[in-house]
Amino acid sequence: MTNAIEASGLVKRFGKTTALAGADLVARPGTVLGVLGPNGAGKTTAVRILATLLRPDGGQARVCGYDVGRQAHQVRQLIGLTGQYASVDEGLSGINNLIMIGRLLGESRSQARARASELLERFGLTDAAGRPVKTYSGGMRRRLDLAASLVGRPRVLYLDEPTTGLDPRSRSEVWDMIRALVADGVTVLLTTQYLDEADQLAHDIVVIDHGKVIATGTPDELKDKSGGQVLEVVPADRDLLTVAAAVLAGRTGSVPATDADTGLVRVPVVDAALLPAIIRELDEARVELAEFTLRRASLDEVFLALTGGLGQPDPGNDETRELERSPR
Amino acid sequence: MTTATLPYATPAARLGPVTGLRNAFTLTWRSVLKIRTNMEDLIGLSLQPIMFLLLFTYVFSGAISGGTHAYLQFELPGLLVMTVVFATLGTGLMLNQDIAGGVFDRFRSLPIARWAPLAGAVLGDMVRYMISVAITLGFGMVLGFRIGTSPVSAVVGCLLLLTFALALCWVSALIGMLVKTPQGVQMYGFLAMFPLVFGSNLLVPAQTMPGWLQAFVKVNPMTDLTSAERGLLTGGPIGTPALHSLLWALGIFVVFAPLAVRAYRRRT
Repeated sequence: MTNAIEASGLVKRFGKTTALAGADLVARPGTVLGVLGPNGAGKTTAVRILATLLRPDGGQARVCGYDVGRQAHQVRQLIGLTGQYASVDEGLSGINNLIMIGRLLGESRSQARARASELLERFGLTDAAGRPVKTYSGGMRRRLDLAASLVGRPRVLYLDEPTTGLDPRSRSEVWDMIRALVADGVTVLLTTQYLDEADQLAHDIVVIDHGKVIATGTPDELKDKSGGQVLEVVPADRDLLTVAAAVLAGRTGSVPATDADTGLVRVPVVDAALLPAIIRELDEARVELAEFTLRRASLDEVFLALTGGLGQPDPGNDETRELERSPR
Repeated sequence: MTTATLPYATPAARLGPVTGLRNAFTLTWRSVLKIRTNMEDLIGLSLQPIMFLLLFTYVFSGAISGGTHAYLQFELPGLLVMTVVFATLGTGLMLNQDIAGGVFDRFRSLPIARWAPLAGAVLGDMVRYMISVAITLGFGMVLGFRIGTSPVSAVVGCLLLLTFALALCWVSALIGMLVKTPQGVQMYGFLAMFPLVFGSNLLVPAQTMPGWLQAFVKVNPMTDLTSAERGLLTGGPIGTPALHSLLWALGIFVVFAPLAVRAYRRRT
């Protein structure tokens, strides 16, 4: 069976910066592949290569069996692209943007108009159809971007951070649209910084850092992989926070995270059989407990464990993005 | 197995030249639509020639040729050249915005001819040049300019202007590709165009200029184009300056169109 996306050993350098250092990606037909990674990890570069916008310096990639380099024209007939780039024309109205794309894809004037109206209706933009896009709100803009990428009825859809900067309601609307597309058999490659988004939508996840794939699996597999569970302890007396932390460190062998504001100590736990011993030792140290919880690790914690940080200010990141946009 | 799970048509292996032309015309339609919907652009496009005409006619006429009408007859062909030359800057600006705003990335992810977005931008700008020429000529006539030749030669004069603009806009396109921001495009565009426009016989006869400047004026293509326009609109020699203008247009096109296309390929 042909995979919708199959990339192996992708390498891309921009001057001295290595954006991709041999990344492999596979998306099964009709599923969502979530690509996670901190800013500048190489996600956008990977999408641009798969969308025929960039040529890789090494490795190869196929979309529905077509090579993105040698058969770029075929690939372009199969894909749709939505993201921080691949934007719509701000100077045109919403409907004219969609008509333009329909005409470029070979539709007649009336076909293009009908398809545009249908998509605007579906994305709740009928009222704003005649307005220039520059007057649209962020959420409307994003929905139009998505509509624009669907004019050609793509088999494979690239969504590069489709909900960044959206309010929670708009975000869940975009999620519903993505689910509907997947139900129609579309394969989606989704890059995101929001782990709950990947958790909600993705069938498979690839975590990229420094241009390399550092983990792959289903959301559940990834959660299991990184220890799986998290123990959270809140001492009744805040002064005993460090004592409690020391006990947890000694028993689990990991360094616990402490939060002085909430009085919380958190540590990953691999073996649940340790818990009775931990409780006993806390009791012996006279740490009275306000809270003692064992829960499954969230994808955020998995991600932190894998990449050693997310969302920290990264001075190199703007530069990398700039390089990704305009090589040379 | 593949066809069973993915019931779609097999994608075409390549794109025919007719489809490429169609793509280019769709994108020309887009450029024209943008002119129509962008009020600021439209106001600038129409008011700039009117402003130039009023300023140059009434500020310079007394000093240069002693009378408004005489100077208007002299300067109007030059102002036509000037407005069209400045209008070519729009090509570079639009291309620059399209690249920076990600519109070109969308185009490049579509199965369309690679050259269509560039051709569409350039062809769409022809409409802008026509508007500039029509307003300059029309308002000039309101102020008292009279065509001293024939309507046919006036039309030829306009066509010559458009031909030259069609070549010159590739310089603008190249600047639009090489420079990062629209502000940069504007700055480099003006730096390139001001010496060409003012270092010529466009607004004043060259005789009063120092020798070194006269030498520059002589080789400046704007001088040839302005002389040709004068010949076609108010009378005088046409053949040599018109031929030189066409050769310049051809030369500019042959050099800058491939450079712009190359820069476009690289930048995107």
